[in-house]
Amino acid sequence: MGQLSLFGALRTVVARDITLAMRRRADVFTTLFFFIIAVTLFPLGVGPDPEMLRVIAPGVIWVAALLASMLALGRLFSADYQDGTLEQLLLAPHPLSLLVLGKVLTHWLLTGVPLVLLSPLLGMQLGMDVSAIGLLMLTLLLGTPVLSLLGSVGAALTLGVRGGGVLVSLLVLPLYIPVLIFGAGAVEAQTVSVEFDAYLYLLGAFLAVSIFLAPLAASAALRISVE
Amino acid sequence: MLQVRDLECRRGDASLFSAMNFELGAGQLMHVKGSNGSGKTSLMRIVCGLFEPAAGVVTWRGENIRELRDEFNRELTYIGHLNGIKDELTAVENLTIYARFAGLGVDEPRIRDALHQMGLKGRADLPSKVLSQGQKRRVALARLLLGGTTLWILDEPFTALDVRAVNLLQTVITKHLGAGGMVMFTTHQDVEISAGAHCHINLDAWAS
Amino acid sequence: MNLLLSFSSPKTFYPLAGKLLPWFAALALVLTAIGLYLGFFVAPSDYKQGESYRIIFVHVAAAWMSMFIYVVMAGWSAVGMIWNTKLSDMMAGALAPTGALFSFIALWTGALWGKPTWGTYWIWDARLTSELILLFLYIGYIALRSAIDDPRRAARASALLAIVGVINVPIIYFSVRWWNTLHQGASVSPTMAPKMAETMLWAMFVMAMAFWMYTIAVVLARVRSEILERERNTAWVAELVLESRK
Repeated sequence: MGQLSLFGALRTVVARDITLAMRRRADVFTTLFFFIIAVTLFPLGVGPDPEMLRVIAPGVIWVAALLASMLALGRLFSADYQDGTLEQLLLAPHPLSLLVLGKVLTHWLLTGVPLVLLSPLLGMQLGMDVSAIGLLMLTLLLGTPVLSLLGSVGAALTLGVRGGGVLVSLLVLPLYIPVLIFGAGAVEAQTVSVEFDAYLYLLGAFLAVSIFLAPLAASAALRISVE
Repeated sequence: MLQVRDLECRRGDASLFSAMNFELGAGQLMHVKGSNGSGKTSLMRIVCGLFEPAAGVVTWRGENIRELRDEFNRELTYIGHLNGIKDELTAVENLTIYARFAGLGVDEPRIRDALHQMGLKGRADLPSKVLSQGQKRRVALARLLLGGTTLWILDEPFTALDVRAVNLLQTVITKHLGAGGMVMFTTHQDVEISAGAHCHINLDAWAS
Repeated sequence: MNLLLSFSSPKTFYPLAGKLLPWFAALALVLTAIGLYLGFFVAPSDYKQGESYRIIFVHVAAAWMSMFIYVVMAGWSAVGMIWNTKLSDMMAGALAPTGALFSFIALWTGALWGKPTWGTYWIWDARLTSELILLFLYIGYIALRSAIDDPRRAARASALLAIVGVINVPIIYFSVRWWNTLHQGASVSPTMAPKMAETMLWAMFVMAMAFWMYTIAVVLARVRSEILERERNTAWVAELVLESRK
């Protein structure tokens, strides 16, 4: 029997989800375009004064990344839920938390990482300087996986529920607030030449704790939703 | 090997059945009967472990399935109303992923052979979204041909199948029972399955 | 233990709750009267803030209750998830609207205190902002629970949400405090913790107790009505209806 190891199971889930995403490439791009448009709305709304834009830039980019990440959550489990592959995953002889972690990891690779890579462009658009942009990328790199992980719990709770997308936002945005505060806060601290290391450590701590706890909570939520 | 004790199923606020007891051993076939809404699908899902009963316990080889989790899942194949296949993947890809998760150790020729037997030879490499309902159902059922599990729980497996496929499925189930496997299924159709000790359970008679 | 377990069945809880309800309601009324009297009339007026600061005792009591209720709600949610009891699910669900109400009262009374004191209705300090986020958490819980039709799934999903929420509340509070100090300008920022006369502290405590009695009374009433709805198909409810018609 070719029993799969834990790592093998993780790899199978990730490979499966990446293959699926490659066959529906449009989904990945829509998240990116939302990110770009959302950031562009701010100068249009508050005026193009470069000084002001530079000050609000970290917050604006972080909020836009947060919203884009949240919008992408709808795709995490719902397709699998509708065609029955989700319940088959629940019945697979592997720990569900591991399979969920695999799905969230892939989700982050396809939505979070592009946001990180695109952020320098948007940072320049809002007049941020190079070192600030570097730090922004780092905070997004640490923060976007946490957003995907926390978001997976909300997505799992609202599977098949009417009003799904907006409902997920309502559930998940309060939980995102600490990540937003420390992510954007780090960059702002740097611009006023204040020590920002603590912020990065905290983001790292959030990441470590949520990698462990979020899949457990999401698995429990999936079992509740699949009943 | 499979034992159900004092099972109670509630949907919403109504109790569909209670104080249900039965056993299923090697080579046995259980046909779950009942009208729509009597709880057939809920019963199947409770036995799989997807649905938590309001009372009672399901045991496998003497242990509670909620504690066994992965070990129980390894010996179980469940085919419910939903096919459990991805539209964007081909039939071969879908079965390969299933086989990998289940740890079956089967290679591609064996998968293609299973699909061929289910009458899907020319269609094995097309994205599943172009298949008809019946064809998708056959891809899902092809999992049974790959074997590797002891307990089969099948919810309306014969739906949307033509005569040839129905006969094939009956043969597959018979062979499985002969090899010591167990099957629990529901169906509206008249099926002829020759081997195996048969039992039925009629949920209409169990309504509380 | 058996006594406790017997009260965990909706059938035995219903009459018990019915007997307790009037007592808690009465206590709530009495304590509210005492608290309001203490706060509005007995406590001395503050030399800096005059009369307008009096609303603070309602504000603080409401804020305490909003947080306390969330923890109790999460507690009942956990009990419901571990022991699979319907009654604990109903308790958790019944607490949420009251918790949200106190959260809202805390914010509103905070604004009423803020206007004469700082000249503005809203201020982004740590406590008010955390209170606002707590209100969002309550609304999310209520929204999730009412969006799911199946009562069992609704109870379990919202229970999980409450437990996840309660773990995050301290994290959110801590982050918001940090955020607040980070954005401190050179000027002294107004804070919501003025020095208080002792009578005022008593008034706050009495109000908090009053709110707690009110919460218990309201939760008992809500749970009773939900029991009737959920058990509408049983014999004992049918009997109850027949008796009330006599």
